Amino acid sequence: MIWAAVLLGSLGCYLEKLFGFILPPTLLDRPMIRSVAALLPIAMLSALVAVQTFGDGQSLVIDARVAGVAVAVVALLLRAPFLVVVLAAAISAALLRAFGVAT
Amino acid sequence: MTNTPEGSKRPITTSAIGIGLATGAYGLSFGAISVASGLSALQTQTLSLLMFTGASQFALVGVLGAGGGVIAAVLTAWLLGARNGLYALHIAPTLNLRGPLKPVAAQLTIDESTAMSIANDHTPTHSRHAFWATGISVYLLWNIGTLLGALGASAIGDPAVLGLDAAIPAGFLALLWPRLRDRTAWAIAAGGATVALVLTPLTRSGVPVLASALIAVFAGYHLRDRT
Repeated sequence: MIWAAVLLGSLGCYLEKLFGFILPPTLLDRPMIRSVAALLPIAMLSALVAVQTFGDGQSLVIDARVAGVAVAVVALLLRAPFLVVVLAAAISAALLRAFGVAT
Repeated sequence: MTNTPEGSKRPITTSAIGIGLATGAYGLSFGAISVASGLSALQTQTLSLLMFTGASQFALVGVLGAGGGVIAAVLTAWLLGARNGLYALHIAPTLNLRGPLKPVAAQLTIDESTAMSIANDHTPTHSRHAFWATGISVYLLWNIGTLLGALGASAIGDPAVLGLDAAIPAGFLALLWPRLRDRTAWAIAAGGATVALVLTPLTRSGVPVLASALIAVFAGYHLRDRT
């Protein structure tokens, strides 16, 4: 099942890119298409942040991930590179668990 | 070596390698997070080779890891990848490709290569060089990073103990951050997060993130004359 997601997902993402080289550029003249495509990543990435921070199956929980994300915000405000942001979040969550402060 | 009147291509190549190195670090975290989410190292590498668009890859493994199922994972990846089609429409006239190079260029059409191509569009030659140099550099280093990250995470084990589950939302946040440029973007981000959290207890996993796309469609419709 994971392979189905990997291959189908990859195929679709490739076709999206390829269509851009085949379809007429006048499609860009439609403001609706332009603005929706620009806004989709913002709405969906933000939803992913929320669900991956608080979601646990169908319930919402507060655990060490929240602290990890808070540390990530600080790292981003300090203009840290991607790897530092991600590592800072993982290490702070792991430390809180190691000391039994959070689950 | 003589420089063209418009300037040398060498600074473009240097920037392209720098962007590739930075993206390689993203690839490292993608590899680790994907394996921690339950994909094999081979599945992880296949995504970087074939899908090759970071936000969609992170989303696919995130939704699968949270138990969202194949359909929700695939749809989320497709919706996040739609912008690459817009990029391709935008740069296709400059690249002006025929024959077998078209499908190759398509695979390299991502945020970084498009941005570099547009940033260097003072001549078509420079713009094309920026696209290819950045695309190839990012493709190679993203895949090397993925390999190292996936093998590293496979060797370490138990992700929750290490806090890798906190790395996943942090990764999405780092992808979102540079897009939060104005109040509209913040409002749409807040809307997307709210929809997803409200729907989490009510729907099966994977649906809340898909539903947040409706915020973008709704806002895009109302803002269509402003962007």
